[in-house]
Amino acid sequence: MSTSAVRRSDGRPGALWAAPALVYFALFAVVPMALVVVLSFCRWNGLGTPSFAGTRNWSRLFDDPQLGQSLRLSVLLTTVTWAVQTLICLPLGVWCAGHQRGRAVLSTLFFVPLLMSSAAVALLFSALLDPNFGLAHTIGPWLGIDDGNFIGDPDFALWTVMAVVSWQFVPFHTLLYQAAARQVPVQLYEAATIDGAGRPRQFFSVTLPQLRNTVVTSSVLMLVGSLTYFDIVLILTNGGPGTSTRILPLHMYQTGFSSFDMGYASVLALILLIAGTTLSLLVVRVTGFRRMASQREGL
Amino acid sequence: MSPRTPAPSGDARPPRASAGTTTPPHHRVYRRPHRGVRAHRRPDRLGGLGAAAWLVVVAVPLYYVLAASLRERSDYLDSGPLSVPRHMVLSNYRTVLDSGFATYLWNSLVVTVATVLLVLALALPAAYAIVRSRSRWVAAGFSVMLMGLAIPAQATIVPVYLLITRMHLYDTLTAVVLPTAAFALPMAILVLTSTMRDIPGELYEAMTVDGAGPAHILRALVLPLTRPGLVTVGVYTALGAWNGFIFPLVLTQSDARRTVTLGLWNYQGQQGGVNVPATMAAVVLSLLPLLAAYLFGRRHLLSGLTAGFGK
Repeated sequence: MSTSAVRRSDGRPGALWAAPALVYFALFAVVPMALVVVLSFCRWNGLGTPSFAGTRNWSRLFDDPQLGQSLRLSVLLTTVTWAVQTLICLPLGVWCAGHQRGRAVLSTLFFVPLLMSSAAVALLFSALLDPNFGLAHTIGPWLGIDDGNFIGDPDFALWTVMAVVSWQFVPFHTLLYQAAARQVPVQLYEAATIDGAGRPRQFFSVTLPQLRNTVVTSSVLMLVGSLTYFDIVLILTNGGPGTSTRILPLHMYQTGFSSFDMGYASVLALILLIAGTTLSLLVVRVTGFRRMASQREGL
Repeated sequence: MSPRTPAPSGDARPPRASAGTTTPPHHRVYRRPHRGVRAHRRPDRLGGLGAAAWLVVVAVPLYYVLAASLRERSDYLDSGPLSVPRHMVLSNYRTVLDSGFATYLWNSLVVTVATVLLVLALALPAAYAIVRSRSRWVAAGFSVMLMGLAIPAQATIVPVYLLITRMHLYDTLTAVVLPTAAFALPMAILVLTSTMRDIPGELYEAMTVDGAGPAHILRALVLPLTRPGLVTVGVYTALGAWNGFIFPLVLTQSDARRTVTLGLWNYQGQQGGVNVPATMAAVVLSLLPLLAAYLFGRRHLLSGLTAGFGK
C-alpha cells in the first residue's frame, strides 16, 4: 500500500493500470489493421519478405472475375440471414423473457447450438444433408429437390448455408433480446393492460420501442459478423459447387492461404474491414442510436 | 408509440408510471411481486407455438448427433438418421479417442485456459482504471477498444500471420493464444466496466478515506464484487477460444499442435462420409467441456449480457 500523500488523497488507479491491456490490444489488433494497409501495396507469398509492388494489387480489383460474384453472394448472405434471424430472435427472445412453465429448460436447450463450434455445426449438417443417408433424402422431395442434394445444387447451396448459419446464431441473439426484454419496466405493461391494449398491441407499442437499442446492437453484430464469417462455408461447401457459395471472406482466405497471394488478399481484407465499419456506423447513424440512449430517462 | 394511449409509450414519465400508488385507481391494478414481462394474464399461445416450432428446429439436429454417436454403423445405415438406436454402444467414442482425438482435446484445453487467464489478467486492471481513473489517456484507450468490438478478426488474418511468423511462434499453441486473447479483450473489458460501475461510489470513497491505495481497493473491494462479471468473461472467452477456427487454421500446421475444431475437420476428411457415427461422437466430445462450463456459469451469463448489451 502506498503511503505517498498524493495517492492517499486520491486512491484512484493511474493510467498505468490500463497500459498492459491497451498495449497488448494495440499489438495484435490495431497494428494488424495498419499492416493490412501496408501489405495491400506489397507482393508476398507468405514465406519470404514482403516487397513493395505499388498499386498493382489494387488495379487487379477491376479484372478479378470472382470479386463481383463474391460481393453479391456476401451481400445476399448478410441481408437474408439478418432478416431471418431478427424475425426469429426478437419474438423468441421476448417470449423467453416471460415466465411460462418450462421456460428455463427450453431456454437452456435453445442455447446449445451456441456452444457448438462452426466446425461441429458444419459436420452435423453435412451429415444431415447427405443425399443418401441424411435427413435431406427424406425432406428434399418435399422442397422440390428430388435427389436431396441440397449443398450439391448450385441454386440451393447458398440458401442451405444461410439456413445453417441462422441455426447457429439465432441462440445468441435470442439471448440478447431475452436479456433486454427483462429490463422493460413492468409498469409499462401494467399501464398498457389498464388501457386495454391486447398482447399484439403491447408488443408493438411497448416492447418494440423499448428494445430499439438492442435491435441496433444485435443488427450491428449480425451484419459485421456474417459479412466476415466463413468457417461454416469453408467446411460445408468449400465455396462450391463451382463458385456458387464463394463469399468474399472465403475468397480472401483462399487467395491468401491457398494461392499464397497475400498482397491481393490484403486488398480484399481491407474491403471487408471498410464495408464492416461503414455498415455498423450506418446502422447506428440511421437508427439514431444517440437519441435512443436517453429514451429510458426518468424511469 | 401511439398518440391515443399516452401511458405505454417509451417516453412514459414517472408521475404517470407510478399513478397506481399516488392516486386512487379507477381500474383494478395488478401488482404482483415480480419483475420483467409478467403483466400478461392470459397464457401466450402464439408465442408458445413459435417457441415450440423453434424447439423442433433445434432439438432434431441435436437428437440426431447424440443418437448417431451412440449407435453402430450398420444400424445407422439401415434404419435412417432419426430412428431410435437399436441398442446403444459407446464404441464410437472409443474409436474417436483411439484415433488421436485426445491430443486435439488437450491442445484446446491448454489454449482455452491460457487465453482465459491472459484475458482476465489484462482486462481486470484495465477495467478498474477505466471506471476509476481520471486520466484522459485511459478514456481514449477505452474508445479504441470499443471500436475494436467491430473489428472482424478474419479481416486481419494476413498481418497476424506475418506478426506470428516474425515472432518465430508459427505452429505453436502460443501463436493461437495471443491473437485469440487480443480479440476477446474488448468484450471482456466492456462487461467488467459495466459490472464495476454498479459498485456504489461511497464504497470506494470510504476505503480511500481509510487510506487504502488502488491495489488494495482492487483486491479487497472490486475483486469480490465483480465475481459475476469475471465468470461471464471467463465463460465467453472460453467459448471463443475453444471454438476458435481461423487462428488455429492459419497459425498452426502440424497435427500435434492442432486444436479440436481443426481436429473435427480433419476427422471428417478421414472418416466423415464413411463413418458418420464416429464423426458425431467426435462432435459430442468437442461439445461436452463447454456444456459443463455453461451449466456452471449459466446464471452469470445472462446478467453479464444484460450488463454488456442490454442497457
